Amino acid sequence: MSKDILFEIGLEEIPARFIRAAMEQLQERTAKWLEASRIEHGGVTAYATPRRLSVLVKDAAEKQADVSEEVKGPSRKIALDANGDWSKAALGFARSQGVEPEQFTFKELAGVEYIYATKNSDGVETSSLLSEGLTGIVNAMTFPKNMRWGAYDFKFVRPIRWLVALFGQEIVNLEITGVKAGNVSRGHRFLGTETVIAQPADYVEALRAQHVLVDVKEREELILNQINKLAADKEWTIAIKEDLLEEVLFLVETPTVLFGTFDESFLNIPQDVLITSMREHQRYFPVLDSAGKLLPFFVTVRNGNAGSLDVIAKGNEKVLRARLSDAKFFYEEDQKLQISDALAKLESIVYQVELGSIGDKVRRIRAIADRLAAKLGLSPAAAAEVSRTADICKFDLVTQMVGEFPELQGTMGEDYARKAGEAENVAKGIFEHYQPRFAGDSVPSTEAGLVVSLADKIDTIVGSFSIGVIPTGSQDPYALRRQAAGIVQMLLEHKLPVSLQEIFTAAVEVHESLRGEKHFAPELRNNLYEFFGLRVKRLLSDDNIRYDVVEAVTAAGFDDIVDVVGRSRALTEAVSTQDDFKITVDSLTRVSNLAAKAAEGVAIQPSLLKENAEVKLYETWQGIHEPYQQALSARDAAEALRILSGLKDAVTGFFDSVMVMAEDEQIRSNRLALLAGVDADSRAFADFGKLVW
Amino acid sequence: MNFQQMILTLQQFWAEQNCILVQPYDTEKGAGTMNPMTFLRSLGPEPWKVAYVEPSRRPSDGRYGENPNRLYQHHQFQVIIKPSPDNIQELYLDSLKALGVDPLLHDIRFVEDNWENPSLGCAGLGWEVWLDGMEITQFTYFQQVGGIETSPVAVEITYGMERLASYIQEKENVFDLEWVDGVTYGDVFHQPEVEHSTYTFEVSDVQMLFTLFNTYEQEARRAMDNHLVFPAYDYVLKCSHTFNLLDARGAISVTERTGFITRVRNLARTVAATYMEEREKLGFPLLKKEGAEHV
Repeated sequence: MSKDILFEIGLEEIPARFIRAAMEQLQERTAKWLEASRIEHGGVTAYATPRRLSVLVKDAAEKQADVSEEVKGPSRKIALDANGDWSKAALGFARSQGVEPEQFTFKELAGVEYIYATKNSDGVETSSLLSEGLTGIVNAMTFPKNMRWGAYDFKFVRPIRWLVALFGQEIVNLEITGVKAGNVSRGHRFLGTETVIAQPADYVEALRAQHVLVDVKEREELILNQINKLAADKEWTIAIKEDLLEEVLFLVETPTVLFGTFDESFLNIPQDVLITSMREHQRYFPVLDSAGKLLPFFVTVRNGNAGSLDVIAKGNEKVLRARLSDAKFFYEEDQKLQISDALAKLESIVYQVELGSIGDKVRRIRAIADRLAAKLGLSPAAAAEVSRTADICKFDLVTQMVGEFPELQGTMGEDYARKAGEAENVAKGIFEHYQPRFAGDSVPSTEAGLVVSLADKIDTIVGSFSIGVIPTGSQDPYALRRQAAGIVQMLLEHKLPVSLQEIFTAAVEVHESLRGEKHFAPELRNNLYEFFGLRVKRLLSDDNIRYDVVEAVTAAGFDDIVDVVGRSRALTEAVSTQDDFKITVDSLTRVSNLAAKAAEGVAIQPSLLKENAEVKLYETWQGIHEPYQQALSARDAAEALRILSGLKDAVTGFFDSVMVMAEDEQIRSNRLALLAGVDADSRAFADFGKLVW
Repeated sequence: MNFQQMILTLQQFWAEQNCILVQPYDTEKGAGTMNPMTFLRSLGPEPWKVAYVEPSRRPSDGRYGENPNRLYQHHQFQVIIKPSPDNIQELYLDSLKALGVDPLLHDIRFVEDNWENPSLGCAGLGWEVWLDGMEITQFTYFQQVGGIETSPVAVEITYGMERLASYIQEKENVFDLEWVDGVTYGDVFHQPEVEHSTYTFEVSDVQMLFTLFNTYEQEARRAMDNHLVFPAYDYVLKCSHTFNLLDARGAISVTERTGFITRVRNLARTVAATYMEEREKLGFPLLKKEGAEHV
């Protein structure tokens, strides 16, 4: 026999950003508890609105499952005395297990027969477990932020105001912070009333009747359908940002979409500013035309029905008008600010106590960017744009608009710089130097943006490492991992002819000259290289490169990002398409294993090569060495691997007929030296021994 | 409903909830929270229910009376109830109804907003309440005051009176609000707005303000050394306002800023701890009155 379980925790409005995770947590904890309590059950479904977290369990057994457990006793020899009667030991075992000796069974274990007692314990009534079980689930719930309320010594995400706990029609007796569980839930704050839930299966419909859609998916679809219908009716494009939709979804119990308008004169403010103001401050969805141009409308979602939408639209329009008037004021005021005056203000903004002001950071960015520009061989005109971009890349941080909307850094800089008459590439570079801002974001398209972005990011990383701020586990306060990943992505996508070590050198030299040498422990570079190594491996595995291939190619170094990616892809291609590639790999691995025995610095003496097969290997290797190295430096990894694979027959032939560990010391070390030479080339591509078949 | 009727309505409403009505405190402050009726009384085990209007000065928000929404001084209506009652949200929504805001006609939401006042060592969790997209109230469960964990927890409701009024009276500009029939907000406050903005941004004597800050800080310490909590706290408020004037004048660099905030916070913490000691010495007198109608 089974009944459904319903548990609803009624709360004051939960922060929208916590709700989905909390709902999933409630579902998991409930399922785990049922499991651990041996209560058989059907589906476990969780629901959530701003004011409730709930879980519905279908067909929970009315009794726990019985358990039957076998306990091993003494061996038969000990359990039975000479007469075949139960010994004292056997009787003692029976007593300790609470069974009669007659119930013993015999079983063989590793050739010896033992007695076994079978213990049965009957499951108890589920109803007797629920009170403690559900209370335990509430106590175990965790949230990013907890609070206390009233005079209770209890922490939860927000105050608990009601509880519904039902097993079938029966109320589960429990109480938390003075709230006794019952069968009465609460409807929509304004449209609904209290409502009795007669049995768990009625839950969703009973609350729907009280204007609460508890099903998250249903609510989301309803919002999307309304938005899409409005968009279709008006021929609008309504830009739906996922995280905003998610937040709105958890701010409403009954969603009704409505729109409002604002004065067209505000459209003179940059579109990004208007969109940010609408999204961040008001949680509105912006409205665009088919060409992506902002229209003077906004879309919002009301927590309620379709009554008096005109009043609500009017109220929201009033608020937005005040917001946009502020933005317009900031925008106009900011344009009165000279870039040079803004730069002077950067000197008094602390970037990081040990790393100085933003002004100090800008000077380092400029110096690093200039070095990188020289390294990349930029034209004098392009190098000048890099310098200017570096100098003014942070000036917008002191503008009022960025003060109000920090996420508009770069965007405002670009706009204001262009208005102030800066070169187009410089203006664009200011925005782009923050790119890539998140995983999947584009990389800068201008040389100015690209070089300054590299300089800014490596300055942050080297600066942080130099003061001991190195990411560990989940600790990465300055998002250094993202910045390193950004550098790697830029090097790759623009195929830049600069290595990680060269970038480190530029940054370390600049820090040393501008901050003093004492900051730089010798292991700094190794730490940096290792740190970037992890980003490179991540990049490769995101590129669907097999784990063993990643290990093999990175063992050959990853200083040049374009090169390591090329080698990974070429090796992946060979492994998956060439049937006989395993033979090549095996032969190179064998070379590698033996080469490890070679003494260092022994030069090959061709005159000592006696056997045909070793002469053949030597000549083949000599033949490929140059073109192979050339292909590698040209970053043509596929070609390099093709050439290297050309050694296969010569190597197999060598191992078939040549005895490497010859008695003659000279011959032996000469052969090992030959293998070491071949191995050095092969290891420039990958450590083939790390491949797994 | 004019501004004055709104104040009277809220006073009446919360008086009926057994709050004592006190008058605005006579020392400059940036928010109603800094009134000792909130800052000190929300500490410790004694129950407390109070409501009052607080004129709040934010020198850096001064706009010479030219901005329709920003003011050097605005008005908060402040309610503190300790321990927080179970039906506090419902009481609050009833108070909006008393002001003529029908929740069925509007969109009212509780949007997460965790409040912090670092210079007073205060932190709380709660919401900003939105009325058709406008933030009209800050609703906070105090978790920490003056660096001390609150127990029991007080709930603070802060109505932004000008915002609420501009909604209720359907006015775009704060200076057009009706204070009473025939007298506007501008009639009462425009000149002080202009003059305070001018003083704050152009005239104030920076050197004198730095001297005052130091003097007030020393005097606060001296009062505390004599276990005089309330006089000491008055000087903490004076420090805080002086700091705000200096900050608005641009006289404090970013680096120095942290230092000044730390100095005020240290004072506030000491005052909070001393208040607790002194109340304990008195035997937490309000505890004995528990069960009485008022507090």
